[in-house]
Amino acid sequence: MLQITDLHAAIGDVEILKGVDLSVSAGEVHAIMGPNGSGKSTLANVLAGNPSFAVTSGDVLFEGESLLGALPEDRARAGIFLCFQHPIEVPGVRLDHFMRAGFNAIRKSKGMDEFDVLKFDRLLNERVDVVEMDRNLTKRAVNEGFSGGEKKRNEVLQMAVFEPKLSILDEPDSGLDVDALRIVAAGINQLRRPDNAVILVTHYQRILNYVVPDRVHVLIDGRIVRSGGKELALEVESRGYDHLGRSAEAITASG
Amino acid sequence: MTTTNQVVKDVARQEYKYGFVTDVEQESAPPGLNEDTIRFISAKKNEPDWMLEWRMKAYRHFLSLLDGERLPGWANIYHPPVDFQDIIYYSAPKAKPELASLDEVDPEILKTYEKLGIPLQEQKRLAGVAVDAVFDSVSITTTFKEELSKHGIIFCSMSEAVQEHPELVRKYIGSVVPYTDNFYAALNAAVFSDGSFCYIPTGVRCPMELTTYFRINSEGSGQFERTLIIADEGSYVSYLEGCSAPMRDENQLHAAVVELITLDNAEIKYSTIQNWYPGDEQGKGGIYNFVTKRGKCEGRNSKISWTQVETGSAITWKYPSVILQGDNSIGEFYSVALTKAYQQADTGTKMIHMGKNTRSTIIAKGISAGHAQNTYRGLVRVMPKADNAWNFTQCDSLLLGDQCGAHTTPYVEVRNNSAHLEHEAFTSKVSEDQLFYCNQRGISIEEAHSLIINGFCKEVFKQLPLEFAVEATRLLDMNLEGTVG
Repeated sequence: MLQITDLHAAIGDVEILKGVDLSVSAGEVHAIMGPNGSGKSTLANVLAGNPSFAVTSGDVLFEGESLLGALPEDRARAGIFLCFQHPIEVPGVRLDHFMRAGFNAIRKSKGMDEFDVLKFDRLLNERVDVVEMDRNLTKRAVNEGFSGGEKKRNEVLQMAVFEPKLSILDEPDSGLDVDALRIVAAGINQLRRPDNAVILVTHYQRILNYVVPDRVHVLIDGRIVRSGGKELALEVESRGYDHLGRSAEAITASG
Repeated sequence: MTTTNQVVKDVARQEYKYGFVTDVEQESAPPGLNEDTIRFISAKKNEPDWMLEWRMKAYRHFLSLLDGERLPGWANIYHPPVDFQDIIYYSAPKAKPELASLDEVDPEILKTYEKLGIPLQEQKRLAGVAVDAVFDSVSITTTFKEELSKHGIIFCSMSEAVQEHPELVRKYIGSVVPYTDNFYAALNAAVFSDGSFCYIPTGVRCPMELTTYFRINSEGSGQFERTLIIADEGSYVSYLEGCSAPMRDENQLHAAVVELITLDNAEIKYSTIQNWYPGDEQGKGGIYNFVTKRGKCEGRNSKISWTQVETGSAITWKYPSVILQGDNSIGEFYSVALTKAYQQADTGTKMIHMGKNTRSTIIAKGISAGHAQNTYRGLVRVMPKADNAWNFTQCDSLLLGDQCGAHTTPYVEVRNNSAHLEHEAFTSKVSEDQLFYCNQRGISIEEAHSLIINGFCKEVFKQLPLEFAVEATRLLDMNLEGTVG
């Protein structure tokens, strides 16, 4: 589904991703772990087409076609969804109207009928249960005055509504207490299907107890230094990133 | 960010959709302003002597201001001096003096209003909305008059009111905006040609929205209408004003006066959708909209609420205000002003607290794009006897692009220590983060701007009567969605 080859990306003159290779197939969950500043969020944003980041070399293929140069809305319409680490407030715009605008834009791009308010409301009523969200919250302005936990749940709700092929979750666990974490994780699990894939970016191993990954990658200083099965996450937990960083340097030096 | 820049450019370039001219035979006064012009207008209207005398007093006052070069110079607007001798002060479609029915109205004029979305024919009229259609200097027709008169409501043109209800006109005209109020108020009092008049009797809740639609058509003419609305004790009316004009290279002057009066326990809700021709993208042409609007809450527990959506005019200079004279009276001002290309707007309100326990709310939203300059100017004045006055002011500005300007000039004068005033203001740009968030949900740049801007204006739009809220949203989208439509 997704094929990343030697990806380099920068903000201004500062290079953040220094050659990332990653391959994700349908039905898989990939966890990207790494210390602060390693480039995890940059990778998530670059895949979604955030214009603040510039791809300097390498390529990203999604279902066989290069994403580079595609507008963020076109990537969204192709089925890529970014669960924001810091969801944005849009004052005065009702969340349900906002979601319907996006939902219909995506349908329209595929030549499908747009949903009217009633039809979309029915869909929304079903999906709010995925994250145990109060339906009234969707009648308030997008993320305005939402608590940290509500913002994260709102992101997963939108994922449930849009049913993307590839979901990129940028630290969906940051700032959540245990109960909220369990709800968010359960939501993500419910949405797993053989024909979609998840890239889960996280700092801590904790969420991986709930959302069990097929592959774990450790990103340090803009490069993936280790890849493995779910047990790699436990190794990170017990030995820390420093250890992996040093062993990576050793590999680079000797290689 | 080429995509965003493109949208901002498109916003600045959006074309005006109501710029056509109606080909109709006109009868006009010769250009220029002198006592004969005023006598001509007054004679055309067959006015009583007191009306002509009032006009003459206003004219002499205007001359003294003009000679003393006492034109208002404090607003943040710039334009070459207006040549008052180069304006046609009266222009009307040639027609029979008395129109028995709509059949006698020039079909071209009916077509004009239809094109503007204001059908006047009986079978097509907007349900639940009575319309007074003003074309250049005269009122063409007023719909639903009979229906309204069953409730004792008077809704007619100002010219007709002077003939039919002189006692009411004489009592109230100039009582809220005297001709000595300001330069353009003096000019208007001297040369006003028509406008709407409305009286709601004691205890009557007006069963439909009342609307006046102003259309400037003639070249070289100015429009100087005067609207007077009186809500007697315990009555209620919701009133809406709309306007448009053809696209011309010259600047045309619109200097209107609106006076509202509420007696005890009465309420007037006055909404405006102002869409005068704003000029082209280089700033050539367009209407100078120099308007004085003021309401007086004369009675106890009365309320006046102004809502305005300003998208048109080359220059807007207007401050719909409320004099809170009756105890416990309430004044409100809700405003959206969108300026693009080279438009200039200096608009806001004055809330004058005189009675006890008077309350006022001001919510002003300014949006600037292109090279436009948008100024909020407001005054909250609490007089010595206004115990427990309360005001909340919020004035927010949104900037699209980096060539435009937003300015906020709130004045506060408090002469009573029991007053409670709150003020909030912020200026923001549509952030790249907000746009990316929308884009990531499949929403295009244009639609994202539209969503964000409509969200920004929401508090004001929700004050509009439902049909007009839809109209306002559509108008804003039309002005913003450069590539659509």
